[in-house]
Amino acid sequence: MAQVNPIAVLQTAFPEAVTDVQTFRDETTALVDAAYIVDICRFCRDTEELGFNLLSDITGIDYHPQQPRFAVAYHLYSLIHNQSLRLKVLLPDDDPTVASVTGVYPAANWFEREIFDLMGITFTDHPDLRRLLMPEDWDGHPLRKDYPLGYETVQFSFNFDEVDKHKPYAKE
Amino acid sequence: MTVLDSTWEGNLNELKGLVSERALSGETMVLNMGPQHPSTHGVLRLLLELDGENIVNCVPDIGYLHTGIEKNMESKRYEQAITMTDRMDYLSPMGNNLVYCLAMEKLIDLDVPPRAQTIRVLLAELTRINSHLVWLGTHALDIGAMSVFLYCFREREKILDIFELVSGQRMMSTYFRPGGIWRDVPAEFEPAVRDFLDYFPAKIDDYERLLTNNPLWLDRTQGIGFMSADDAIRLGCTGPTLRGSGVNWDIRKALPYSGYENFEFDVPTGQHGDVYDRYFVRIQEMRQSLRIVRQALDNLSDGPVRSNNRKYVPPPRSELGTSMEAVIHHFKLWTEGFRPPKGEVYVRIESPRGELGCFLASDGSPKPWRVHFRTPSFVHLSALPFLAKDHLIADLVAIIGSIDIVLGDCDR
Repeated sequence: MAQVNPIAVLQTAFPEAVTDVQTFRDETTALVDAAYIVDICRFCRDTEELGFNLLSDITGIDYHPQQPRFAVAYHLYSLIHNQSLRLKVLLPDDDPTVASVTGVYPAANWFEREIFDLMGITFTDHPDLRRLLMPEDWDGHPLRKDYPLGYETVQFSFNFDEVDKHKPYAKE
Repeated sequence: MTVLDSTWEGNLNELKGLVSERALSGETMVLNMGPQHPSTHGVLRLLLELDGENIVNCVPDIGYLHTGIEKNMESKRYEQAITMTDRMDYLSPMGNNLVYCLAMEKLIDLDVPPRAQTIRVLLAELTRINSHLVWLGTHALDIGAMSVFLYCFREREKILDIFELVSGQRMMSTYFRPGGIWRDVPAEFEPAVRDFLDYFPAKIDDYERLLTNNPLWLDRTQGIGFMSADDAIRLGCTGPTLRGSGVNWDIRKALPYSGYENFEFDVPTGQHGDVYDRYFVRIQEMRQSLRIVRQALDNLSDGPVRSNNRKYVPPPRSELGTSMEAVIHHFKLWTEGFRPPKGEVYVRIESPRGELGCFLASDGSPKPWRVHFRTPSFVHLSALPFLAKDHLIADLVAIIGSIDIVLGDCDR
Protein backbone atom coordinates (compact mmCIF):
# COMPACT_ATOMS: atom_id res chain seq x y z
CA MET A 1 0.00 0.00 0.00
CA ALA A 2 1.30 3.40 -0.92
CA GLN A 3 2.14 5.76 1.88
CA VAL A 4 -0.41 8.47 2.41
CA ASN A 5 -0.06 11.79 4.08
CA PRO A 6 -1.78 11.26 7.45
CA ILE A 7 -2.43 14.97 7.85
CA ALA A 8 -4.37 15.16 4.59
CA VAL A 9 -6.48 12.17 5.59
CA LEU A 10 -7.15 13.68 9.01
CA GLN A 11 -8.09 17.03 7.56
CA THR A 12 -10.58 15.44 5.20
CA ALA A 13 -12.17 13.39 7.93
CA PHE A 14 -12.17 16.06 10.66
CA PRO A 15 -12.10 19.41 8.84
CA GLU A 16 -13.17 21.37 11.92
CA ALA A 17 -10.99 19.51 14.46
CA VAL A 18 -7.52 19.97 13.00
CA THR A 19 -6.72 23.55 13.87
CA ASP A 20 -3.10 23.79 12.81
CA VAL A 21 -0.32 21.71 11.28
CA GLN A 22 3.34 22.28 12.13
CA THR A 23 6.40 20.65 10.67
CA PHE A 24 9.76 20.85 12.39
CA ARG A 25 12.75 18.64 11.50
CA ASP A 26 10.58 16.31 9.42
CA GLU A 27 8.21 15.74 12.31
CA THR A 28 4.57 16.52 11.71
CA THR A 29 2.42 17.82 14.49
CA ALA A 30 -1.33 18.14 14.13
CA LEU A 31 -2.88 20.51 16.63
CA VAL A 32 -6.35 19.18 17.25
CA ASP A 33 -9.37 20.29 19.20
CA ALA A 34 -9.38 18.60 22.61
CA ALA A 35 -13.04 17.59 22.23
CA TYR A 36 -12.19 15.35 19.28
CA ILE A 37 -9.09 13.59 20.59
CA VAL A 38 -10.70 10.22 21.24
CA ASP A 39 -12.47 10.18 17.89
CA ILE A 40 -9.29 11.16 16.10
CA CYS A 41 -7.23 8.52 17.88
CA ARG A 42 -9.81 5.87 17.04
CA PHE A 43 -9.82 7.05 13.44
CA CYS A 44 -6.00 6.96 13.30
CA ARG A 45 -5.92 3.44 14.65
CA ASP A 46 -8.77 1.94 12.63
CA THR A 47 -8.37 3.60 9.25
CA GLU A 48 -6.47 1.22 7.07
CA GLU A 49 -4.31 3.73 5.22
CA LEU A 50 -3.19 5.29 8.52
CA GLY A 51 -2.89 2.21 10.74
CA PHE A 52 -1.40 3.98 13.77
CA ASN A 53 -1.58 0.91 15.97
CA LEU A 54 1.14 1.72 18.48
CA LEU A 55 0.88 4.51 20.98
CA SER A 56 4.50 5.39 21.61
CA ASP A 57 4.13 8.08 24.16
CA ILE A 58 1.90 10.69 25.73
CA THR A 59 3.47 13.68 27.37
CA GLY A 60 2.25 16.86 28.95
CA ILE A 61 3.89 20.22 28.40
CA ASP A 62 3.46 23.35 30.49
CA TYR A 63 3.91 26.54 28.44
CA HIS A 64 3.50 28.82 31.44
CA PRO A 65 2.99 31.83 31.26
CA GLN A 66 1.68 31.45 27.72
CA GLN A 67 -1.99 30.86 27.08
CA PRO A 68 -3.37 28.29 26.54
CA ARG A 69 -0.99 27.02 29.15
CA PHE A 70 -0.97 23.24 28.84
CA ALA A 71 -0.53 20.84 25.98
CA VAL A 72 -0.76 17.09 25.75
CA ALA A 73 1.22 15.48 22.94
CA TYR A 74 0.35 12.03 21.65
CA HIS A 75 3.04 10.22 19.70
CA LEU A 76 1.47 7.65 17.43
CA TYR A 77 3.36 5.17 15.35
CA SER A 78 2.22 2.86 12.59
CA LEU A 79 3.96 -0.52 12.53
CA ILE A 80 2.29 -1.18 9.20
CA HIS A 81 3.44 1.92 7.31
CA ASN A 82 6.47 2.79 9.43
CA GLN A 83 5.48 6.38 10.00
CA SER A 84 4.79 8.49 13.01
CA LEU A 85 2.51 11.37 13.85
CA ARG A 86 2.24 13.72 16.77
CA LEU A 87 -1.18 14.92 17.85
CA LYS A 88 -1.30 17.82 20.23
CA VAL A 89 -4.16 19.31 22.18
CA LEU A 90 -3.94 22.65 23.95
CA LEU A 91 -5.62 23.05 27.30
CA PRO A 92 -6.46 26.16 29.32
CA ASP A 93 -4.88 27.13 32.62
CA ASP A 94 -8.06 26.76 34.67
CA ASP A 95 -9.27 23.18 34.79
CA PRO A 96 -7.12 21.48 32.14
CA THR A 97 -9.22 18.47 31.18
CA VAL A 98 -9.14 16.17 28.21
CA ALA A 99 -10.84 12.87 27.49
CA SER A 100 -8.81 9.74 28.15
CA VAL A 101 -7.73 7.62 25.18
CA THR A 102 -7.37 4.43 27.23
CA GLY A 103 -10.43 3.08 25.42
CA VAL A 104 -8.52 3.27 22.13
CA TYR A 105 -4.98 2.59 23.32
CA PRO A 106 -4.78 0.64 26.60
CA ALA A 107 -1.12 1.66 26.76
CA ALA A 108 -2.28 5.19 27.56
CA ASN A 109 -3.29 4.15 31.07
CA TRP A 110 -0.05 4.88 32.90
CA PHE A 111 1.01 7.72 30.62
CA GLU A 112 -2.15 9.59 31.55
CA ARG A 113 -1.78 8.77 35.21
CA GLU A 114 1.76 10.13 35.10
CA ILE A 115 0.63 13.37 33.47
CA PHE A 116 -2.23 13.68 35.95
CA ASP A 117 0.23 13.19 38.76
CA LEU A 118 3.09 15.41 37.64
CA MET A 119 1.31 17.99 35.48
CA GLY A 120 -2.16 18.11 36.99
CA ILE A 121 -4.12 17.50 33.83
CA THR A 122 -7.33 15.57 34.38
CA PHE A 123 -8.34 12.80 32.01
CA THR A 124 -12.05 12.11 31.98
CA ASP A 125 -13.26 8.50 31.71
CA HIS A 126 -9.91 7.15 32.81
CA PRO A 127 -10.44 3.81 34.58
CA ASP A 128 -8.01 4.42 37.44
CA LEU A 129 -6.86 8.02 37.71
CA ARG A 130 -4.63 8.02 40.79
CA ARG A 131 -1.23 9.48 41.44
CA LEU A 132 1.43 7.22 39.98
CA LEU A 133 4.91 8.42 40.93
CA MET A 134 4.37 10.87 43.77
CA PRO A 135 2.95 9.82 47.15
CA GLU A 136 -0.85 9.77 47.34
CA ASP A 137 -1.00 12.67 49.78
CA TRP A 138 1.34 14.95 47.83
CA ASP A 139 0.35 18.53 47.23
CA GLY A 140 0.84 20.11 43.84
CA HIS A 141 2.15 18.89 40.53
CA PRO A 142 5.96 18.93 40.29
CA LEU A 143 6.35 19.28 36.53
CA ARG A 144 4.38 22.53 36.41
CA LYS A 145 6.58 25.51 35.75
CA ASP A 146 5.33 27.39 38.80
CA TYR A 147 6.31 24.52 41.07
CA PRO A 148 9.71 25.31 42.57
CA LEU A 149 12.53 22.89 42.00
CA GLY A 150 13.14 22.79 45.73
CA TYR A 151 16.30 23.02 47.69
CA GLU A 152 17.13 22.99 51.36
CA THR A 153 18.96 25.66 53.29
CA VAL A 154 21.90 24.10 55.07
CA GLN A 155 21.13 23.67 58.73
CA PHE A 156 23.78 24.67 61.23
CA SER A 157 23.52 24.59 64.98
CA PHE A 158 22.96 28.34 65.14
CA ASN A 159 20.04 28.37 62.69
CA PHE A 160 18.63 24.89 63.13
CA ASP A 161 15.20 25.89 64.43
CA GLU A 162 14.88 28.82 62.05
CA VAL A 163 15.54 26.64 58.99
CA ASP A 164 13.39 23.83 60.28
CA LYS A 165 10.44 26.21 60.61
CA HIS A 166 10.51 26.99 56.89
CA LYS A 167 11.16 23.51 55.60
CA PRO A 168 8.62 22.44 53.00
CA TYR A 169 7.24 19.27 54.46
CA ALA A 170 4.99 17.37 52.08
CA LYS A 171 2.08 17.06 54.48
CA GLU A 172 1.54 20.78 55.02
CA MET B 1 -21.07 -8.80 53.08
CA THR B 2 -19.31 -6.80 55.75
CA VAL B 3 -16.69 -4.36 54.70
CA LEU B 4 -14.17 -3.64 57.36
CA ASP B 5 -13.73 0.05 57.97
CA SER B 6 -10.18 -0.21 59.10
CA THR B 7 -7.59 -2.89 59.47
CA TRP B 8 -4.29 -3.00 61.28
CA GLU B 9 -3.09 0.21 59.70
CA GLY B 10 -5.04 1.14 56.62
CA ASN B 11 -8.49 1.57 55.28
CA LEU B 12 -9.69 -1.40 53.25
CA ASN B 13 -12.12 0.82 51.37
CA GLU B 14 -9.17 2.42 49.63
CA LEU B 15 -8.67 -0.87 47.85
CA LYS B 16 -12.08 -0.68 46.21
CA GLY B 17 -11.75 -0.72 42.48
CA LEU B 18 -8.22 -2.07 42.65
CA VAL B 19 -9.07 -5.54 43.86
CA SER B 20 -12.24 -7.57 43.44
CA GLU B 21 -15.16 -7.62 45.82
CA ARG B 22 -14.03 -11.02 46.97
CA ALA B 23 -10.98 -9.49 48.57
CA LEU B 24 -13.03 -7.00 50.54
CA SER B 25 -15.12 -9.78 52.05
CA GLY B 26 -12.01 -11.73 52.91
CA GLU B 27 -12.56 -14.57 50.45
CA THR B 28 -9.30 -13.86 48.65
CA MET B 29 -6.14 -12.63 50.25
CA VAL B 30 -4.43 -9.32 49.57
CA LEU B 31 -0.69 -9.67 49.80
CA ASN B 32 1.98 -7.02 49.58
CA MET B 33 5.07 -7.94 47.57
CA GLY B 34 8.02 -5.58 47.76
CA PRO B 35 9.17 -2.84 47.59
CA GLN B 36 12.18 -4.58 49.10
CA HIS B 37 11.99 -7.98 47.53
CA PRO B 38 14.82 -9.96 45.96
CA SER B 39 12.93 -10.80 42.78
CA THR B 40 11.12 -7.60 41.93
CA HIS B 41 14.27 -6.20 40.28
CA GLY B 42 14.54 -3.04 42.29
CA VAL B 43 12.08 -1.12 44.40
CA LEU B 44 8.85 -2.29 42.84
CA ARG B 45 5.84 -2.87 45.05
CA LEU B 46 3.08 -5.16 43.91
CA LEU B 47 -0.28 -5.50 45.52
CA LEU B 48 -1.45 -9.02 44.84
CA GLU B 49 -4.89 -10.43 45.30
CA LEU B 50 -4.52 -14.15 45.70
CA ASP B 51 -6.91 -17.03 45.54
CA GLY B 52 -4.71 -19.70 47.07
CA GLU B 53 -1.57 -19.35 45.04
CA ASN B 54 -3.34 -17.98 41.99
CA ILE B 55 -3.15 -14.31 41.18
CA VAL B 56 -6.58 -12.75 40.78
CA ASN B 57 -5.36 -9.17 40.54
CA CYS B 58 -1.97 -7.56 40.44
CA VAL B 59 -1.60 -3.85 41.09
CA PRO B 60 1.90 -2.46 40.58
CA ASP B 61 2.82 0.49 42.76
CA ILE B 62 5.79 2.45 41.47
CA GLY B 63 7.46 5.70 42.32
CA TYR B 64 9.86 4.48 44.99
CA LEU B 65 12.76 5.44 42.75
CA HIS B 66 11.21 8.62 41.39
CA THR B 67 13.99 11.18 41.42
CA GLY B 68 12.44 13.92 39.33
CA ILE B 69 14.98 13.66 36.54
CA GLU B 70 12.68 15.32 34.02
CA LYS B 71 12.11 18.28 36.33
CA ASN B 72 15.78 18.52 37.20
CA MET B 73 16.85 18.57 33.58
CA GLU B 74 14.74 21.65 32.99
CA SER B 75 17.00 23.56 35.37
CA LYS B 76 20.26 22.41 33.79
CA ARG B 77 21.84 23.46 30.54
CA TYR B 78 21.53 21.04 27.66
CA GLU B 79 24.97 19.57 28.00
CA GLN B 80 24.92 19.42 31.79
CA ALA B 81 21.72 17.43 31.71
CA ILE B 82 23.40 14.47 29.98
CA THR B 83 24.69 13.27 33.33
CA MET B 84 21.15 12.85 34.56
CA THR B 85 20.25 10.50 31.74
CA ASP B 86 22.88 7.97 32.87
CA ARG B 87 20.98 7.53 36.08
CA MET B 88 17.65 6.60 34.55
CA ASP B 89 18.28 3.16 33.14
CA TYR B 90 21.43 2.43 35.05
CA LEU B 91 22.08 -0.77 33.11
CA SER B 92 22.11 1.05 29.80
CA PRO B 93 23.78 4.43 30.41
CA MET B 94 25.16 4.72 26.88
CA GLY B 95 21.72 4.09 25.42
CA ASN B 96 20.24 6.90 27.50
CA ASN B 97 23.08 9.24 26.54
CA LEU B 98 22.52 8.33 22.94
CA VAL B 99 18.81 9.11 22.83
CA TYR B 100 19.25 12.44 24.57
CA CYS B 101 22.18 13.42 22.34
CA LEU B 102 20.26 12.39 19.23
CA ALA B 103 17.35 14.54 20.38
CA MET B 104 19.64 17.53 20.89
CA GLU B 105 21.29 16.94 17.54
CA LYS B 106 17.95 16.74 15.81
CA LEU B 107 16.82 19.90 17.53
CA ILE B 108 19.85 21.93 16.44
CA ASP B 109 20.49 19.99 13.23
CA LEU B 110 24.02 19.14 14.30
CA ASP B 111 26.25 16.83 12.29
CA VAL B 112 28.06 13.88 13.86
CA PRO B 113 31.31 12.66 12.25
CA PRO B 114 31.25 9.06 10.96
CA ARG B 115 33.90 7.86 13.39
CA ALA B 116 31.87 9.11 16.35
CA GLN B 117 28.75 7.45 14.97
CA THR B 118 30.50 4.12 14.64
CA ILE B 119 31.94 4.33 18.14
CA ARG B 120 28.47 5.19 19.42
CA VAL B 121 26.97 2.14 17.74
CA LEU B 122 29.76 -0.07 19.04
CA LEU B 123 29.34 1.11 22.62
CA ALA B 124 25.55 1.03 22.41
CA GLU B 125 25.73 -2.62 21.39
CA LEU B 126 28.19 -3.42 24.18
CA THR B 127 25.72 -1.73 26.50
CA ARG B 128 23.00 -3.97 25.14
CA ILE B 129 25.07 -7.04 25.92
CA ASN B 130 25.87 -5.64 29.35
CA SER B 131 22.22 -5.04 30.10
CA HIS B 132 21.16 -8.44 28.76
CA LEU B 133 23.79 -10.11 30.92
CA VAL B 134 22.36 -8.56 34.08
CA TRP B 135 18.88 -9.44 32.90
CA LEU B 136 19.87 -13.06 32.19
CA GLY B 137 21.68 -13.46 35.49
CA THR B 138 18.90 -12.05 37.63
CA HIS B 139 16.14 -13.70 35.63
CA ALA B 140 17.78 -17.11 36.02
CA LEU B 141 18.47 -16.42 39.68
CA ASP B 142 14.80 -15.64 40.27
CA ILE B 143 13.78 -18.91 38.72
CA GLY B 144 16.38 -20.80 40.71
CA ALA B 145 19.43 -21.21 38.48
CA MET B 146 22.04 -19.55 40.58
CA SER B 147 25.26 -20.32 38.73
CA VAL B 148 24.20 -18.41 35.61
CA PHE B 149 24.13 -15.25 37.68
CA LEU B 150 27.77 -15.63 38.66
CA TYR B 151 28.90 -16.34 35.09
CA CYS B 152 26.95 -13.39 33.71
CA PHE B 153 28.45 -10.96 36.15
CA ARG B 154 31.93 -12.27 35.40
CA GLU B 155 31.50 -11.43 31.72
CA ARG B 156 29.82 -8.14 32.48
CA GLU B 157 32.95 -6.98 34.26
CA LYS B 158 34.84 -7.21 30.98
CA ILE B 159 32.37 -4.83 29.34
CA LEU B 160 32.49 -2.46 32.28
CA ASP B 161 36.29 -2.48 31.96
CA ILE B 162 35.92 -1.32 28.36
CA PHE B 163 33.57 1.45 29.47
CA GLU B 164 36.10 2.49 32.08
CA LEU B 165 38.79 2.49 29.43
CA VAL B 166 36.95 4.95 27.21
CA SER B 167 35.14 7.15 29.71
CA GLY B 168 36.88 6.66 33.04
CA GLN B 169 33.65 5.37 34.56
CA ARG B 170 32.29 1.87 34.77
CA MET B 171 28.61 2.75 34.80
CA MET B 172 27.72 6.44 34.75
CA SER B 173 29.80 7.15 31.69
CA THR B 174 28.31 10.36 30.18
CA TYR B 175 30.49 9.57 27.18
CA PHE B 176 28.22 10.72 24.36
CA ARG B 177 27.97 14.45 23.86
CA PRO B 178 26.03 16.55 21.35
CA GLY B 179 27.94 16.39 18.09
CA GLY B 180 29.91 13.25 18.88
CA ILE B 181 31.64 11.76 21.87
CA TRP B 182 33.61 13.21 24.74
CA ARG B 183 37.03 12.27 23.33
CA ASP B 184 38.53 9.67 21.08
CA VAL B 185 38.93 6.12 22.30
CA PRO B 186 42.41 5.22 23.59
CA ALA B 187 44.79 2.94 21.69
CA GLU B 188 44.07 0.01 24.02
CA PHE B 189 40.39 0.15 23.09
CA GLU B 190 40.56 -1.93 19.92
CA PRO B 191 42.56 -4.87 21.37
CA ALA B 192 40.30 -4.87 24.44
CA VAL B 193 37.15 -5.14 22.32
CA ARG B 194 38.78 -7.77 20.08
CA ASP B 195 39.63 -9.80 23.17
CA PHE B 196 36.04 -9.60 24.28
CA LEU B 197 34.79 -10.60 20.82
CA ASP B 198 36.95 -13.72 20.93
CA TYR B 199 36.08 -14.50 24.50
CA PHE B 200 32.36 -13.94 24.66
CA PRO B 201 30.67 -16.20 22.02
CA ALA B 202 31.76 -19.34 23.87
CA LYS B 203 30.23 -17.90 27.02
CA ILE B 204 26.84 -17.44 25.36
CA ASP B 205 27.08 -21.12 24.39
CA ASP B 206 27.70 -21.88 28.05
CA TYR B 207 24.59 -20.01 29.16
CA GLU B 208 22.58 -21.78 26.53
CA ARG B 209 23.94 -25.15 27.63
CA LEU B 210 22.81 -24.34 31.15
CA LEU B 211 19.34 -23.10 30.24
CA THR B 212 18.02 -23.43 26.70
CA ASN B 213 17.26 -27.16 26.80
CA ASN B 214 17.22 -27.55 30.54
CA PRO B 215 13.94 -29.34 31.40
CA LEU B 216 13.54 -27.36 34.62
CA TRP B 217 14.01 -24.10 32.75
CA LEU B 218 11.53 -25.17 30.07
CA ASP B 219 8.97 -26.14 32.72
CA ARG B 220 9.24 -22.80 34.41
CA THR B 221 9.17 -20.63 31.29
CA GLN B 222 7.23 -22.26 28.48
CA GLY B 223 3.57 -21.32 28.30
CA ILE B 224 3.99 -18.77 31.09
CA GLY B 225 3.10 -15.10 30.67
CA PHE B 226 1.65 -15.55 27.22
CA MET B 227 1.01 -12.41 25.21
CA SER B 228 -0.30 -12.35 21.65
CA ALA B 229 1.14 -9.98 19.09
CA ASP B 230 -2.04 -7.89 19.07
CA ASP B 231 -2.08 -7.58 22.83
CA ALA B 232 1.58 -6.64 22.88
CA ILE B 233 1.01 -3.80 20.42
CA ARG B 234 -2.17 -2.72 22.20
CA LEU B 235 -0.33 -2.48 25.49
CA GLY B 236 2.54 -0.56 23.90
CA CYS B 237 5.16 -3.27 24.33
CA THR B 238 8.33 -2.83 22.31
CA GLY B 239 11.76 -4.35 22.01
CA PRO B 240 12.40 -7.99 22.90
CA THR B 241 9.05 -8.20 24.69
CA LEU B 242 7.24 -7.39 21.45
CA ARG B 243 9.56 -9.51 19.31
CA GLY B 244 9.03 -12.47 21.64
CA SER B 245 5.41 -12.34 20.50
CA GLY B 246 6.53 -12.65 16.89
CA VAL B 247 6.40 -9.03 15.73
CA ASN B 248 9.48 -8.20 13.73
CA TRP B 249 9.90 -4.58 14.71
CA ASP B 250 13.28 -3.23 15.62
CA ILE B 251 13.86 0.52 15.58
CA ARG B 252 17.44 -0.08 14.43
CA LYS B 253 15.93 -1.54 11.23
CA ALA B 254 12.69 0.41 10.90
CA LEU B 255 13.96 3.90 11.68
CA PRO B 256 17.76 3.62 11.62
CA TYR B 257 19.68 6.15 13.66
CA SER B 258 23.38 6.78 14.18
CA GLY B 259 24.29 4.80 11.06
CA TYR B 260 22.63 1.47 11.93
CA GLU B 261 21.59 1.17 8.29
CA ASN B 262 25.23 0.34 7.43
CA PHE B 263 25.33 -2.74 9.62
CA GLU B 264 24.25 -6.22 8.83
CA PHE B 265 22.35 -8.03 11.53
CA ASP B 266 19.24 -10.11 12.01
CA VAL B 267 16.28 -9.40 14.21
CA PRO B 268 15.44 -12.52 16.19
CA THR B 269 11.75 -13.07 16.90
CA GLY B 270 9.83 -15.59 18.95
CA GLN B 271 6.69 -17.50 18.04
CA HIS B 272 4.63 -18.08 21.15
CA GLY B 273 5.03 -14.87 23.14
CA ASP B 274 5.77 -16.60 26.42
CA VAL B 275 8.58 -16.16 28.94
CA TYR B 276 10.75 -18.66 27.10
CA ASP B 277 10.49 -16.87 23.78
CA ARG B 278 11.41 -13.57 25.34
CA TYR B 279 14.40 -15.30 26.89
CA PHE B 280 15.38 -16.81 23.56
CA VAL B 281 15.07 -13.51 21.70
CA ARG B 282 17.41 -11.77 24.13
CA ILE B 283 19.98 -14.55 23.97
CA GLN B 284 19.99 -14.32 20.17
CA GLU B 285 20.21 -10.55 20.40
CA MET B 286 23.48 -10.84 22.25
CA ARG B 287 24.91 -12.78 19.33
CA GLN B 288 23.63 -10.19 16.86
CA SER B 289 25.09 -7.42 18.97
CA LEU B 290 28.46 -9.13 18.76
CA ARG B 291 28.11 -9.14 14.98
CA ILE B 292 27.47 -5.41 15.00
CA VAL B 293 30.39 -4.76 17.33
CA ARG B 294 32.69 -6.75 15.05
CA GLN B 295 31.56 -4.85 11.96
CA ALA B 296 31.89 -1.54 13.75
CA LEU B 297 35.41 -2.34 14.81
CA ASP B 298 36.39 -3.45 11.30
CA ASN B 299 34.90 -0.36 9.69
CA LEU B 300 36.15 2.15 12.22
CA SER B 301 37.45 5.00 10.06
CA ASP B 302 39.92 7.63 11.15
CA GLY B 303 38.77 11.17 11.61
CA PRO B 304 37.35 13.61 14.12
CA VAL B 305 35.03 12.37 16.86
CA ARG B 306 33.15 15.62 17.43
CA SER B 307 31.41 18.04 15.18
CA ASN B 308 33.22 21.17 14.07
CA ASN B 309 30.23 23.41 14.68
CA ARG B 310 31.70 25.81 17.21
CA LYS B 311 28.33 27.31 18.15
CA TYR B 312 27.45 24.05 19.84
CA VAL B 313 30.66 22.11 20.35
CA PRO B 314 33.54 23.55 22.37
CA PRO B 315 36.91 23.89 20.57
CA PRO B 316 39.71 21.50 21.44
CA ARG B 317 41.97 22.57 24.25
CA SER B 318 44.93 23.03 21.90
CA GLU B 319 43.20 25.83 19.99
CA LEU B 320 42.70 27.96 23.07
CA GLY B 321 46.31 29.09 23.11
CA THR B 322 46.36 30.33 19.53
CA SER B 323 42.87 31.45 18.56
CA MET B 324 40.93 34.29 20.14
CA GLU B 325 37.76 32.98 18.53
CA ALA B 326 38.26 29.62 20.18
CA VAL B 327 38.57 31.33 23.55
CA ILE B 328 35.32 33.19 22.96
CA HIS B 329 33.48 30.04 21.94
CA HIS B 330 34.92 28.14 24.87
CA PHE B 331 33.89 30.87 27.27
CA LYS B 332 30.40 31.21 25.84
CA LEU B 333 29.74 27.49 25.81
CA TRP B 334 30.92 26.85 29.36
CA THR B 335 29.34 29.89 30.96
CA GLU B 336 26.11 30.22 29.06
CA GLY B 337 25.63 27.06 27.04
CA PHE B 338 24.23 26.90 23.54
CA ARG B 339 20.83 28.09 22.39
CA PRO B 340 18.99 25.65 20.12
CA PRO B 341 16.19 26.96 17.94
CA LYS B 342 12.65 26.89 19.23
CA GLY B 343 10.93 23.62 18.50
CA GLU B 344 9.94 20.17 19.64
CA VAL B 345 11.37 16.83 18.62
CA TYR B 346 10.74 13.22 19.51
CA VAL B 347 13.52 10.71 18.96
CA ARG B 348 13.30 6.98 19.54
CA ILE B 349 16.02 4.39 19.78
CA GLU B 350 16.08 0.68 20.45
CA SER B 351 17.32 0.39 24.00
CA PRO B 352 18.04 -3.09 25.41
CA ARG B 353 14.53 -3.06 26.83
CA GLY B 354 12.58 -1.59 23.94
CA GLU B 355 11.64 1.76 22.53
CA LEU B 356 13.40 4.50 24.44
CA GLY B 357 11.95 7.82 23.35
CA CYS B 358 13.04 11.32 24.18
CA PHE B 359 10.72 14.26 23.75
CA LEU B 360 12.66 17.48 23.85
CA ALA B 361 11.03 20.90 23.71
CA SER B 362 13.12 24.03 23.37
CA ASP B 363 12.03 27.63 23.85
CA GLY B 364 15.30 28.98 22.47
CA SER B 365 16.98 29.36 25.85
CA PRO B 366 20.12 27.46 26.99
CA LYS B 367 18.03 25.16 29.16
CA PRO B 368 15.56 22.60 27.85
CA TRP B 369 11.97 23.69 28.32
CA ARG B 370 10.65 20.19 28.70
CA VAL B 371 12.34 16.81 28.53
CA HIS B 372 10.29 13.69 28.64
CA PHE B 373 11.54 10.14 28.38
CA ARG B 374 9.30 7.42 27.13
CA THR B 375 10.91 4.51 28.88
CA PRO B 376 10.29 0.88 28.00
CA SER B 377 10.25 -0.38 31.61
CA PHE B 378 7.42 2.03 32.42
CA VAL B 379 5.24 0.72 29.62
CA HIS B 380 6.10 -2.92 30.18
CA LEU B 381 5.33 -2.65 33.86
CA SER B 382 1.91 -1.22 33.05
CA ALA B 383 1.31 -4.41 31.05
CA LEU B 384 2.23 -6.61 34.03
CA PRO B 385 -1.33 -6.95 35.44
CA PHE B 386 -2.42 -8.33 32.07
CA LEU B 387 0.49 -10.79 31.95
CA ALA B 388 0.26 -11.94 35.55
CA LYS B 389 -3.47 -12.61 35.66
CA ASP B 390 -4.40 -16.19 36.57
CA HIS B 391 -0.80 -17.26 37.02
CA LEU B 392 0.79 -18.76 40.10
CA ILE B 393 2.70 -16.41 42.33
CA ALA B 394 5.90 -18.30 41.52
CA ASP B 395 5.33 -17.62 37.82
CA LEU B 396 4.90 -13.92 38.52
CA VAL B 397 8.58 -13.82 39.36
CA ALA B 398 9.41 -15.39 36.01
CA ILE B 399 7.15 -12.90 34.22
CA ILE B 400 8.71 -9.88 35.93
CA GLY B 401 12.10 -11.19 34.86
CA SER B 402 10.97 -11.74 31.29
CA ILE B 403 9.80 -8.17 30.68
CA ASP B 404 13.20 -6.98 31.90
CA ILE B 405 12.34 -3.94 33.96
CA VAL B 406 14.73 -1.51 35.56
CA LEU B 407 12.98 0.62 38.14
CA GLY B 408 15.29 3.56 37.59
CA ASP B 409 14.15 3.52 33.99
CA CYS B 410 10.53 3.22 35.05
CA ASP B 411 10.34 5.93 37.71
CA ARG B 412 12.97 8.37 36.42
